[in-house]
Amino acid sequence: MIEMKDIWKTYNNGIKAINGIDIKIDKGEFVYIVGPSGAGKSTFMRMMYREEVPTSGTIIINGKDVGKMKNKNVPKLRREIGVVFQDFKLLPKLTVYENVAFALEVIEESKASTRKRVMEVLSLVNLKNKARFLPDELSGGEQQRVSIARAIVNNPNILLTDEPTGNLDPETAWGIMDLLDQINNRGTTVIMATHNKDIVNTFRKRVIAIDGGLVTRDEARGEYGYEN
Amino acid sequence: MKIKTFGRHGKEGFKNLGRNGWMTFASISAVTVTLLLVGVCLALLLNLNAFGDQLESDVEISAFIDITAKPEQQDELKSKIENISEVESATYQSKEDGLDQLIDNLGDEGEVFESLRDENPLSDAFLVKTKDPQDVNKVAQEIEQLENVQNVEFAEDTVNKLFKVLEIARNVGLALVIGLLFTAMFLISNTIKLTIVARSHEIEIMKLVGATNWFIRWPFLIEGILIGILGALIPIGILIYGYYYLIDLIANRFPTFIIDLLPVTPFVYQLSGLLVVLGVIIGTWGSLTSMRKFLKV
Ligand SMILES: Nc1ncnc2c1ncn2[C@@H]1O[C@H](COP(=O)(O)OP(=O)(O)OP(=O)(O)O)[C@@H](O)[C@H]1O
Ligand SMILES: [Mg+2]
Repeated sequence: MIEMKDIWKTYNNGIKAINGIDIKIDKGEFVYIVGPSGAGKSTFMRMMYREEVPTSGTIIINGKDVGKMKNKNVPKLRREIGVVFQDFKLLPKLTVYENVAFALEVIEESKASTRKRVMEVLSLVNLKNKARFLPDELSGGEQQRVSIARAIVNNPNILLTDEPTGNLDPETAWGIMDLLDQINNRGTTVIMATHNKDIVNTFRKRVIAIDGGLVTRDEARGEYGYEN
Repeated sequence: MKIKTFGRHGKEGFKNLGRNGWMTFASISAVTVTLLLVGVCLALLLNLNAFGDQLESDVEISAFIDITAKPEQQDELKSKIENISEVESATYQSKEDGLDQLIDNLGDEGEVFESLRDENPLSDAFLVKTKDPQDVNKVAQEIEQLENVQNVEFAEDTVNKLFKVLEIARNVGLALVIGLLFTAMFLISNTIKLTIVARSHEIEIMKLVGATNWFIRWPFLIEGILIGILGALIPIGILIYGYYYLIDLIANRFPTFIIDLLPVTPFVYQLSGLLVVLGVIIGTWGSLTSMRKFLKV
């Protein structure tokens, strides 16, 4: 469960990115975050995995107060949250397999269970046959699937995706949506910031619209609602 | 930490060294120069110190007794000297013994004094040792005031000069060493900064997937420590070899050399150990500095 109470965020440069947000997201939900560029969507997401700390207010994730959390507890929080970006952030010199395994290696998982889990997620994202490929040798959609595999390899119960289809053509984007839907169906909460009107209007889910750092709309089966 | 994890950090640390080879080389060279200087300075200073101690403990005051003093007056003088709180001991030396010693000290050239045996120009004396060599001056002045003391002698100038030289050498050495330590540390921290920048992508992902801060830090710490240890190797080699050579040279060529150098063992090994420790400290310090600035974990 994710709960934000009266969240404000002012960056060091004085920009007020979030100006009083109250929101609740239940376990297992699929939520779109929409809004114009600069509205504060990414800031909103970054506060959940404590990449940014709110200036005031409380964020509770899985029962823990993320804003007041000690630095040494942040890694534990991040093991419960998977994060996916528009630009994939794969390590270019590692193979598909290694990129996914990396996420488990650095949290000191055993080799045997790493191997098992990586093969599982690679088959979920349908890339088992390209395990030995380097990122350069994959299409954009495939790269994004690798980055999703890496995000979920540790079985997080929340998956944050910030414009995951932003760099992909429409058809490939739908492939990614299929995958996110599958992951959501297995019980993972999926939150997706997006500018993709077609997807939001076709694959209908809860829509939270953010504008000027405020929630301007929150609908259970919402629409995109902007011209783009 | 699990052994496997430590192995990983070690491997990554070594990989880091290779990642920007020239900077690593520059850092190791800086540590090498620094530690070489530290080693030479320390070897010198410790030897000079030991020599100073030896001299200090040799510093005696010769209090010559008035020729007119009667035996009881001599005894009285002895107990007065011994009553001065800084005095450790006062030993009687007859003028004959004094002359013997003088002749002995001068070696071959002393022969000429043999002719003086009959009309010995020296006086009987008390050889006074102080508890603390620093008090020599003060005690000498006090003794000079006593009755039946003809005059007082001690190697004042030599000792004072030596102390001065020692102090200057110590300070100059220290300043130089501190300057070099900072330079080496600065170079190491810059090298590690380059590694951190080169690996920023990886670090970002590690943080994202929940690697602990220390898991992220260790490879950089190990990189710094390795630079420190590698930088200590050459100075240790030079120092051990050089010191052996020096001792050997002195023993064979200048057997009468006045300064007794500290014996090779355990001195060079203690010094080597110290250099390794210093290398590790500089390396750790350099990587911590760099991590504090550039590794926002
Ligand atoms: N690290 C930062 N430091 C300072 N200001 C920032 C930072 N990140 C974002 N901002 C500012 O905060 C505001 C909200 O930015 P944010 O990235 O959250 O918007 P967004 O809704 O994700 O936009 P987009 O749709 O373009 O991705 C913007 O005005 C932006 O300039
Ligand atoms: Mg954004």
